[in-house]
Amino acid sequence: MKNLNFKHWLFISIAFVFLLGSCKPKNASNTISADAAAKAYVAPGKYDEFYNFVSGGFSGQMSAYGLPSGRLLRVIPVFSVDPEKGYGFSEETKPMLNTSHGFVPWDDLHHVQLSKTNGDYDGKWVFGNANNTPRVARIDLKTFRTAEIIELPNSAGNHSSPFLTENTEYVVAGTRFSVPPDDANGDVPINTYKKNFKGTLSFISVKKEDGKMELAFQIQCPGFNFDLSRAGKGVSHGWFFFSCYNTEQANTLLEVNSSQKDKDFILAVNWKKAEEYLKAGKGRKQTVRYAHNTYNESTHTATSEIKTEVIVLDSKELKDLCYFIPCPKSPHGCDVSPTGEYIVGSGKLAAIIPVFGFNKMLKTIQAKDFIGNFEGIPVLKYESVLYGEVKKPGLGPLHTEFDNKGNAYTSFFVSSEVVKWNIKDLKVLDRVPTYYSVGHLTVAGGDTKTPNGKYLVAYNKITKDRYLPTGPELSQSAQLYDISGDKMQLILDFPTIGEPHYAQIAPADLIKNNSTKFYKLDENKHKYASIGEGTTKVVREGKTVHIYMTAIRSHFSPDNIEGIKLGDEVYFHVTNLEQDWDVPHGFGIKGAANAELLIMPGETQTLKWTPDRVGMVPIYCTDFCSALHQEMQGYVRVSPAGSNVPLTFSLGTNMPKVDGEEKVEEKEKNKK
Amino acid sequence: MKKTLSIMMTLIMLYACGGQEAAPPSSNTINIEANSSASYDPQRGEGKFTKVNIAPAIDEKLVQAGTKVYAVKCSACHKLTDEKLVGPGWKGVTQRFKPEWIMNFVTNTEAMLNKDPKAQAQLEICLVRMPNQNVSDDDARNIYEFMRKNDLKK
Repeated sequence: MKNLNFKHWLFISIAFVFLLGSCKPKNASNTISADAAAKAYVAPGKYDEFYNFVSGGFSGQMSAYGLPSGRLLRVIPVFSVDPEKGYGFSEETKPMLNTSHGFVPWDDLHHVQLSKTNGDYDGKWVFGNANNTPRVARIDLKTFRTAEIIELPNSAGNHSSPFLTENTEYVVAGTRFSVPPDDANGDVPINTYKKNFKGTLSFISVKKEDGKMELAFQIQCPGFNFDLSRAGKGVSHGWFFFSCYNTEQANTLLEVNSSQKDKDFILAVNWKKAEEYLKAGKGRKQTVRYAHNTYNESTHTATSEIKTEVIVLDSKELKDLCYFIPCPKSPHGCDVSPTGEYIVGSGKLAAIIPVFGFNKMLKTIQAKDFIGNFEGIPVLKYESVLYGEVKKPGLGPLHTEFDNKGNAYTSFFVSSEVVKWNIKDLKVLDRVPTYYSVGHLTVAGGDTKTPNGKYLVAYNKITKDRYLPTGPELSQSAQLYDISGDKMQLILDFPTIGEPHYAQIAPADLIKNNSTKFYKLDENKHKYASIGEGTTKVVREGKTVHIYMTAIRSHFSPDNIEGIKLGDEVYFHVTNLEQDWDVPHGFGIKGAANAELLIMPGETQTLKWTPDRVGMVPIYCTDFCSALHQEMQGYVRVSPAGSNVPLTFSLGTNMPKVDGEEKVEEKEKNKK
Repeated sequence: MKKTLSIMMTLIMLYACGGQEAAPPSSNTINIEANSSASYDPQRGEGKFTKVNIAPAIDEKLVQAGTKVYAVKCSACHKLTDEKLVGPGWKGVTQRFKPEWIMNFVTNTEAMLNKDPKAQAQLEICLVRMPNQNVSDDDARNIYEFMRKNDLKK
């Protein structure tokens, strides 16, 4: 009966949508079929089947959604401060956003990559790139927190990143802007681009056990724009492919001037060869400056280290390291099929999609079938590397992912559609509209050796009329398609944060069982942790005061503090003593110019507070924790600079004197 | 559908009232009506301009207003020569298209890009959809006059 009601309701609502839509010929309703809602429906209390990790674009963050419901599960702070989590505000997390330029509070995260073992997601980490001040971040999927951030020297506009090899041996980062290398004089006329500007590809090694990143080496390449990249896999493991545009080497009005040539390049890099050259000492040690920030899970504290050296391999000098594959019209996406045999180049301005064959590429190299060289790098003959072209696929191809049935899915920005085509015969099989102007798309496991092929999500650049209006700025729009059948079927719209660029979809089972529920108190090695209320204290060191405080349902210890003076710098080190899942406490103090705190169970976090006036300052818990959450509060007394109010702290004892107590006190005194 | 029509009628009436206050020169006239007929006229395009009468002589006042619109809303993408920037150059545009087509295109850009064969052919070359710049009806006429004068230049 319940079921019937639901279907009945569904039918009416869909019929209604159709009626509404009939006036608007381009409305999405004419592409929605009756079972769409049921397909995206995840009942209350039920888990989604997939995690969807989505770039937060200009918000600098990454978000985790559940699919197929489209429910937002968490915004993971990565390259921007996040007041909701205290990220970049607590003393422990501030170093995460340190760079060679100092503290950068807001960046632009474009692409996400789940760590892989044998070409499939292993559920350990997810990586993201900072596009503006070039960095790569590693997020731990046990905690959904940013564990490490490494800055990239010799780079600007880290767009071609953070793509990784099939066993996460390396995360790469190709520079979008070419610039003079960091150790060269950058104070040169801009129109000396061809002479002075270089493109740099960074290879960051990732330690198998703990994910620790190191900048292993860089390859210096000709100066143009490196756009996107993908590692070879299977047969092409050992190679990396980068799309390049602006091979015209223009330095102004690129919209026009970098679209002059008929073909730009895909750069094929033999990174196994690079490792050989590195071992043979062919790299040049270059003095640079970059930050490497690590969050320590046991001290709950990040540290930032400035490193000063990188090894650079020269693509011009070192033979057999790099090859250019001509690719029509400013290639953007550069995607590798599940077997690793086919490399799909998507020229933003091209009317075809070229598909290159990896084995054909090797043969072309072997036969030295070159049409010339570009700054010392051989240029392979297009026709010799080409497997075939997808004809008349649509306007403005951008990105391609794959399913488990030998099909590819390409997004078309200009014609606002997703086109499905067969990798073998290159025939277009199906096309669906997106609303509107799709950029990236992702298929569940779509860049792995074994794609899942159940869902595809299109991330649109323009939202327009899809949701209730919210002023000039609109939420971004993602659209979920069921691709399990012959025809792609739109089943859900959902809004996203920032501007979603790339995203990936992994089975929930790979990740959900490893989730950290709380931090164990006996593993808490924070320098200022209070393990138990008995260890709480207030310590004055000159003008610095450290308050070792605990939080548990529902009080702080101590909750009365006196003897703080104007001119003091006060650090509240709050340890959450809870040892159960989902019991965070918050900490707020009136007038704090810095922030508040949010402290997970078993965790210690620190808020710096500089009192600015004499008086009484309340503190309270900002995260509803129990029936007596409103009682979780306290006071800090601030006295003038020269005051002789002694430094005291207490919990539950600092009560007003009751009648007669003074007399008792007198008696006590007299006895002495 | 009825509602849509009635809104359009209201808009048309409003426009007509506005037109009376600042009456255009008798030889320059603009006819606007709701055209819901299914047949698409590629000469006219799609939009509210059905018949635009252009006086033989250039109206400098309109050109002056059109120059201002060009500087703010058009010049970032269109040159006055035949050279393509982001969009096609404007040289000769008034010889290639009727005034109705041009004025409909600049005021009803999205719809025409979805429908008009010439606009779509141009999109395949430029690959950037011309954005809706919210050009008013009067400004559409002003821009046209500006283009016309540009086409008279040798």
